Amino acid sequence: MQRALIAGALVGFLASYYGVFVVQRGLSFLGSGLAHAAFGGIALGLLLNAEPLWIALPFTIMIAVGIFWVRDRTELGSDTAIGIFFAVSMALGIIFLFLKREYTSDAFTYLFGSILAVNSVDIKITGLVVLITIFVTPFWQRWAYASFDRELAESDHLSVKRDDYLLSILIAVTTVVTIKVVGIVLIAAFLVIPAATSRVLSSTFRKMTVLSIIIGVLSAVVGLLLSYCIDVPSGATIILLQAVLFFLSMFLKSFKST
Amino acid sequence: MTDLAVQVEDLSVRFEEHLALSCLSFQIPKNTFVAVVGPNGAGKSTLLKVLLGIVRPTSGKVKIFGKTPQKLDPNLIGYVPQFKTMDRSFPALSLELVYTGLSRKWPWHLSKETKKMAFKALEQVGATHLATRPIGRLSGGELQRVCLARSIVRQPKLLMLDEPATGIDTIGEEDMYRMIEAYQNKSGAVVLMITHDWHAATYHSDFVLLLNRRQVSFGPPTKALQENNLRMAYGHIGHGHSLKLLVTSNV
Repeated sequence: MQRALIAGALVGFLASYYGVFVVQRGLSFLGSGLAHAAFGGIALGLLLNAEPLWIALPFTIMIAVGIFWVRDRTELGSDTAIGIFFAVSMALGIIFLFLKREYTSDAFTYLFGSILAVNSVDIKITGLVVLITIFVTPFWQRWAYASFDRELAESDHLSVKRDDYLLSILIAVTTVVTIKVVGIVLIAAFLVIPAATSRVLSSTFRKMTVLSIIIGVLSAVVGLLLSYCIDVPSGATIILLQAVLFFLSMFLKSFKST
Repeated sequence: MTDLAVQVEDLSVRFEEHLALSCLSFQIPKNTFVAVVGPNGAGKSTLLKVLLGIVRPTSGKVKIFGKTPQKLDPNLIGYVPQFKTMDRSFPALSLELVYTGLSRKWPWHLSKETKKMAFKALEQVGATHLATRPIGRLSGGELQRVCLARSIVRQPKLLMLDEPATGIDTIGEEDMYRMIEAYQNKSGAVVLMITHDWHAATYHSDFVLLLNRRQVSFGPPTKALQENNLRMAYGHIGHGHSLKLLVTSNV
């Protein structure tokens, strides 16, 4: 349980931190796209009898880079590029699982999340991603500026495209390390809901980021404890708890403004 | 040391099959007010993006204060984009937006010194009362003032504005031009403003660049905006609305 709580707190921090950029850039669909990309990587890992996480990481990073590459080189919007890669990754995942030609319960672990499957390697990798995130915190100011107005950031000679690629890679890595806690199916919500909740309550982007992290970490830890006590799936419990907080924040906001 | 702020020579910009700008050549002296006029799709905003270093020329040369836009210190340029393109759902206070003009990044924390400078810029545009207001709660005219404060807070030598008066009322428009001219008089900066308003261009500018993908004219407003030039740029120069109004009022 201790291991699960640590993993929950770490992925709660990562998803809610990067979630503020996902929400503010209107990239909610990106979470779904990358989660399904990760499914392709995990399926390949299962087929090759390798540790799925190690295959899913480069696979998802490649898809994330591919999404932004297609967006930059065509007149297609992000949602269309995500839609294409989403479907291709899922199709590949289905083929890989089919080729394995034997029933694998592991696939369900990754689809719906299983906190019991979290091992010490997962925690070490997630901890490393948290360290990298802390190391690149100066990028918060650049990502925030470009999230507000890409053209203004470009006119100030910021390398907006390079920054976008870095952000997309880190979101991809976050998605992969979050899979075991909440599952592929629910990752998009895990990225979006804490940030959306804090957006409702915050007047500045800094407050939005801090509040999003608090909501992300607390909801992950409390959700895990709750799921343990009442013996229900952990990922779904966390997401439902976050959804309750989101609707409460909306109620609070409308109550304040009346 | 040259007295020219902007030198454009044979500038062309092509986006795949679309020729956005063709063979532009003009020179802008220091301490002048230049209006860029032309119909929709004439390439006015593309020209601004070239000067900002966002779009690279397909051919030709562009120099600002003797340097290419990509090599120029961005602090020398103040830019006011069209406020309608801005994301007003972004959680930000006016003061934070002004800060980006100083630091070229989004603020995590505002020091006393930067706050003081941002307030001073807001004061110059009569907007100190908007400092702590979220940008989502500003009117179009108010946001435009804050954007102007953002652009002048770094005390640029070249101030570029993309249709600063669009979407604001007549009084707000006059206020905007008054503030821009006040900054120019104080700083000696070059002002380059895209406008659809020929009258504003005639009244406020020293030079007018009339565009329709190619350069129709460049010179003092009375020459650049001569009827034959306007016909060349626009195809026609409007309908007889004023005449109809006159006839109706006489009846």
